[in-house]
Amino acid sequence: MEQIEKSREQGKPCIQIKDASVRFNIAGEKVDNLKEYFIKLVKRELRFKEFYALKDIDLTIRQGESWALIGSNGAGKSTLLKLICGILAPHTGSVKVSGSIAPMIELGAGFDPNLTAKENIFINGAVLGHSRKFMREQYDKIVEFAELRDFMELPIKNYSSGMRARLGFAVATIVDPDILIIDEVLAVGDAKFQEKCRKRIAELLDRGTTLLFVSHAKAPVLELCKNAVWLDHGRIRMTDSPETVYQAYESFLGLEKKEKAEP
Amino acid sequence: MGKILRWCKSWVLKFTKYWDLLVLLVQRDIKLKYRRSFLGYVWSVLNPLLSMLVMVIVFSTMFKRKIENFPVYLICGNILFSFMREATTKSMTSVIENASLLKKANVPKYIFTLSKVTSSMVNFVLSLGALIIVMIATGVPFRFTNLLIIVPILELYVFCVGLGLFLAAATVFFRDIRNIWGVVTLAWMYMTPIFYSLGSFYDDKAPDKSQAATALGLFIRRYNPMYMYIQQFRYFIINNADVWEVPTPELMWRGAIVAFGALVIGALMFKSIKNKFILYI
Repeated sequence: MEQIEKSREQGKPCIQIKDASVRFNIAGEKVDNLKEYFIKLVKRELRFKEFYALKDIDLTIRQGESWALIGSNGAGKSTLLKLICGILAPHTGSVKVSGSIAPMIELGAGFDPNLTAKENIFINGAVLGHSRKFMREQYDKIVEFAELRDFMELPIKNYSSGMRARLGFAVATIVDPDILIIDEVLAVGDAKFQEKCRKRIAELLDRGTTLLFVSHAKAPVLELCKNAVWLDHGRIRMTDSPETVYQAYESFLGLEKKEKAEP
Repeated sequence: MGKILRWCKSWVLKFTKYWDLLVLLVQRDIKLKYRRSFLGYVWSVLNPLLSMLVMVIVFSTMFKRKIENFPVYLICGNILFSFMREATTKSMTSVIENASLLKKANVPKYIFTLSKVTSSMVNFVLSLGALIIVMIATGVPFRFTNLLIIVPILELYVFCVGLGLFLAAATVFFRDIRNIWGVVTLAWMYMTPIFYSLGSFYDDKAPDKSQAATALGLFIRRYNPMYMYIQQFRYFIINNADVWEVPTPELMWRGAIVAFGALVIGALMFKSIKNKFILYI
């Protein structure tokens, strides 16, 4: 515990979220064509239900920390990660991030199914801000890590989800990113590859990368993370060490089950 | 003033950072266009040639007013209009189609639209080969002034980027635009002097020159941007200006203003709603 406190004081804050909320408009149904839009406009049915995916989030993450996001499905974990990546803009509040981000948010995100794996590696690299020259230099290393040498000329649409995850992870971690974001995508890899990824993540952590990790499996969270946030219905419910948060979270889940069982 | 300069600087920095992405996306579009096709890039030349042949056969018997160098006249208008149609139709879905990349990282979203217009431009440049073939076949002489076609081409490129940005942004919210746009471009094509000349709206024998034209002719002459670009282009290739056409220098500056205006409107519209895209794709 003392160690954690110490490293907290040392690290510079690299992610600062202040009072951030993310709001979605959910219409009764999704209106994405003109006819419906005008009909609803005329009938005055065009009201949007407001829905806060995240509400009043305050979170400061310092360099070199490793954070787990814990919560049920739909609690706002992925939304928070997208907010940090800059993919979503906060409705209110502010998000400040310094440093390079390697995001692994959705499985297969960033892959064009019609292109070959090789072409996808280059486009993916470019999206992360790497030059073509750099990618050519790193290409062999990526293929090596993903262990997909024989499938490089195959279109991604013929890849299995596990193979996609391998490729995605290999591309995302070619450089030591300042911030590594992993959202459950590793769950589809086989045991051997998962082990390899965990090792790579641990390596990166040793070298000072900040980690944000989402997983529904408890073991890797406890192994990799030193801090945890529990999100519930878009709000932060608890921030503490993963053990403590998990205890609370599990007893909360148990409680929920009991309540439902009683009547 | 300093604020604008700083904004420009950060924009240029960001643009150079994602320059390689733009190049890769353009390469992707071109590669995918002809993947698994036997003739490949030859189609970019063959297609305009064949459609020109069809139109020459159909239209050369239909119109009373004879147009000099009709095959060249036709293909000039045709490749330019096809470029505009391809560029705008593809840009329209550029944001929706690249949803998976946009959900992955925070990249400038206009890059995807720009890549579609640029890959259409590459296709257009290839189709200039068809123009050269027709010029040789029909004996139209080559001159140095031919090179001035770069002016209308650049203007049209900028115009398409503006229009493409506008359509891309609008289509995220209203998918029907995809269905309407085909009809709009069809109407637009008929309102553009591609296979007819502006002169066919004019009465040569009218005593008063100001009343010689029909309303539609005047409308096209004044307000159709495609007329501005196509007529400029044709003038530099076959020097076809008769009294009814707008003088080319005027077309040049008017074309530039329209292109720049389209770019500003498209970019502002795109910028103002781009942060909402992610919720709709």
